[in-house]
Amino acid sequence: MVVDELTDEAVDEVFRALADPTRRDILRRSGLDAPSVSRLAEAYPMSFAAVQKHVAVLERAGLVAKERRGREHLVRTVPEAVRLARRALDRLEATWRERVERMSDLLDEEKGRER
Amino acid sequence: MSVTSIDKDLDGLTFTLIADFDAPVERVWELWADPRKLERWWGPPGYPATFEKHDLAPGGEVAYYMTSPEGERNHGWWRFVSVDPPKALEIQMGFADEEGNPIADMSASAVRVQLSERGGGTRMELRFSFDSPEEMERVMEMGMAEGLQQSVGQMDALLAG
Repeated sequence: MVVDELTDEAVDEVFRALADPTRRDILRRSGLDAPSVSRLAEAYPMSFAAVQKHVAVLERAGLVAKERRGREHLVRTVPEAVRLARRALDRLEATWRERVERMSDLLDEEKGRER
Repeated sequence: MSVTSIDKDLDGLTFTLIADFDAPVERVWELWADPRKLERWWGPPGYPATFEKHDLAPGGEVAYYMTSPEGERNHGWWRFVSVDPPKALEIQMGFADEEGNPIADMSASAVRVQLSERGGGTRMELRFSFDSPEEMERVMEMGMAEGLQQSVGQMDALLAG
């Protein structure tokens, strides 16, 4: 069930990220240009830390990435190609984790037979 | 746990998995080299893999299929790019049609397998590389299908038990 969990988790994170109007607005602004976190913070009636938290949720969902520019962190939307690659790699990971587990079980079984 | 580390490089389009096994290098090599052993770990539970052809030599070909509980067969092919027993393998992998012929417009993925002795056991390093995110996605459709099939297979086992 590893693949299901991974996929569901990833989908949940995207939905969770998009469920909030502030985060949707951050995503929209980040798509237009790459605003810094402090510039985003000026746009909303909330603390810098609160905006930072919103950006972190979008980041975990793979929708934006932070890029360091001098003292500032610029927020950019992640292009579709990168999201695609990330998803593909998650699947590859699940498939091979399971295969390695089966390889390990098989080796243990062989060792058990020798004893 | 056998998997020691996983490195996903989105920019370099590579995926590296390192696993450690409590068994000698030759034993782990056999899991790749012996088609009867390969069959026991390649396919997820409920979707056994059958390797019809397994020519372990540079340029040698592999033909296999996985059978669903409904009896449906999904075919795949490999080509060994390099074979260096019992330490290294390089394989091209892809989908095949019902006759086992590679499907031309589906790109293949390349994987490098390296085995080394470590602490009395074996370290296995798998490195996949891709030409583009789109290619990665296409190749992964297979992994996805296999993964989902595995989940389904395990669910069946749970229900049967």
